Amino acid sequence: MGSLFSEVFLGALLFGAVAAAVPLLLAGLGEQISEKSGILNIGIEGMMIAGAYFGFLVAYSSGSLWLGFLGGALAGGIVASVMAILCVRLGLNQIVIGIGLTLGLEGLTALLHHVQFSRTYPRLPAADVLAIPLLSDIPVLGPALFRHHLIVYLAVALVFVMIYVYRRTQLGLNLQAAGDKPAALDVAGVDVVRTRTVAVLSTGALAGIGGAYLANIGAGIFVPFITNGAGFLGIVLAMLARGRPVWVLLGALLFGISLSLTTALQVAGINIPTDVIQMIPFLAVMIMLVAFGRRSSLPAALGIPYERGAR
Amino acid sequence: MESTTTPAGTVTDPIQAMIHRLLLTLGPILIALIIAGLILIAIGVNPLEYYGYVIKRGLLSPTGVQQTLTRMAPMLFIAAGLIVAFRAGIWNLGVDGQFLLGAVASAASAPLLAAVMPSWLALIIAFSLATTVAMAWSLLPALLKAYHGVNEIITTLMMTFLGVSLANVMVKLVFLDPGTTVPQTRTLPVEDRMFRLFDTTISSGLLLGLVAIIAVHLMMTRTAFGLKLRVVGANPRAAVHSGLGVPSLTIAVFAISAALAGLAGAVDILGVQGNVRADWNPAYGLAVIPAVFLARLNGFASIGFVFLLSVLSIGGESAARRIGVPTTFTLVLIAIVLIVLAIAEYADHRYQNARRT
Repeated sequence: MGSLFSEVFLGALLFGAVAAAVPLLLAGLGEQISEKSGILNIGIEGMMIAGAYFGFLVAYSSGSLWLGFLGGALAGGIVASVMAILCVRLGLNQIVIGIGLTLGLEGLTALLHHVQFSRTYPRLPAADVLAIPLLSDIPVLGPALFRHHLIVYLAVALVFVMIYVYRRTQLGLNLQAAGDKPAALDVAGVDVVRTRTVAVLSTGALAGIGGAYLANIGAGIFVPFITNGAGFLGIVLAMLARGRPVWVLLGALLFGISLSLTTALQVAGINIPTDVIQMIPFLAVMIMLVAFGRRSSLPAALGIPYERGAR
Repeated sequence: MESTTTPAGTVTDPIQAMIHRLLLTLGPILIALIIAGLILIAIGVNPLEYYGYVIKRGLLSPTGVQQTLTRMAPMLFIAAGLIVAFRAGIWNLGVDGQFLLGAVASAASAPLLAAVMPSWLALIIAFSLATTVAMAWSLLPALLKAYHGVNEIITTLMMTFLGVSLANVMVKLVFLDPGTTVPQTRTLPVEDRMFRLFDTTISSGLLLGLVAIIAVHLMMTRTAFGLKLRVVGANPRAAVHSGLGVPSLTIAVFAISAALAGLAGAVDILGVQGNVRADWNPAYGLAVIPAVFLARLNGFASIGFVFLLSVLSIGGESAARRIGVPTTFTLVLIAIVLIVLAIAEYADHRYQNARRT
């Protein structure tokens, strides 16, 4: 037990927390955009796994992680465009299509992986890290927080970009209006369907990048069902954050810490079943909800397709 | 093709309406099979051979059809639980956690009980334990929703993640079978399991499942209680104004829905599996949730969809062993069927509206 608070343990814990938090952060921020605009995007798990598979495939065959992220964003975006056409343009049930896409892509990526690689799991070389000068020299914290792939810093920066978008831009206001009172947005001369389409496509791209990170940097390999509920966690994070990007970041870190706690405890030589540790963040959030159980403030038109002139 | 079956003014004719719905279901399924067939061709499998095998094993061969009918039992219970919740406007997306905890509760208790008492009594106690555990698991989301308005999609999703982990912890640490090195619960001997129908291998769980879903359907459509729930689902504010006790109705909905999910776990364990292996999670809920929506939350239509899901999954499992198409293809097939059905429903709705105006 003496080694529990050693530098190695803390370092591994924090480094792992950041690494595990990034895909959740990207998924949560992405889901938040959709939910703001009134679309409950349950297909995000499918978008992530599509991004993970295709991102891995691109990175593996091109040797470039950045092309991999691009591929992931593209794959997530393509899945999202199906959702956009069916749920935003045609107004089909968002839960049926969302779960349908998730099931289908989990199956399809596993199937394609099986056909392509059979039972082998090729591995990508470890990603090169970007050490931030000075900050990365801080003992313990430095290597844990400031020696990551560039995409990690970009993901954190995205939190602040999103705050700016929501608060200061026309697009941000349009998104909010599309979720709260789509008819008013329509009267103001802004196309509700287009606004929501933009939102769903952004969700897909971000979820795809999150999936690609999970496979290419987090694991270094693609295995079927690799996302393992990360997309659903993104939905939970987005709903808990009540429209605020910073809360998505905090939530993602909380979940990230407990995900990495398992590995860190094993480093420290303590063997606890992973399932016990995995329960911690959910317990923490449930306790928070019970303690501060406030009404969740979700967009008024969440989950309701917009049809001009309908009452 | 629907146009010939619904001449103007006779849409309400029950027989024609039924034919119409049948075509509206079978047509899309055929289209979905063709799309999925293209995927099979792409991976070098003859779709006709695959489908032929799935139908033979899932539907026509005696052992296959018995497995299919048995597989329906847990899914029918889950569908019943979802219908109650969704009709009352409660998004219980946590059925898989409730299912698994119910399964573990029955698997942990039944083998021990069956050793000391008649098996029918052991089964009844195991069933009630599964129900109680699953209901308890839904209590927190129910209270948070009823009294604090906390969105139940968040809470039930989180409780399902928690529940799956807790079930695994229970299997690995608490209810481990000491007699084997495989991490699993004690196994209920075959002779102590739920009886089978006639001379077949079909579990009597199928009958219970059918009774459950029809009872739920009648409760929602024919009773005052069901009407109250539907009012809460359609317009909670109106429900408050008309004097309905919305919080207690909300809690009742959660309790019924979770109880049925727990029963689903119990019939699967006590009728078929006999034990719970570590990390076992069939995630029936994920496929059944969209299916009950497509059935428009109608109990009888849900039975049809559950049957379809069951045929595809049993046939797909056999095909995986024999033709070498991975079971993951079944997921793809089910997804395509669900999506094409949803699109067909939309197209029909548009077409009907256009005729009326």
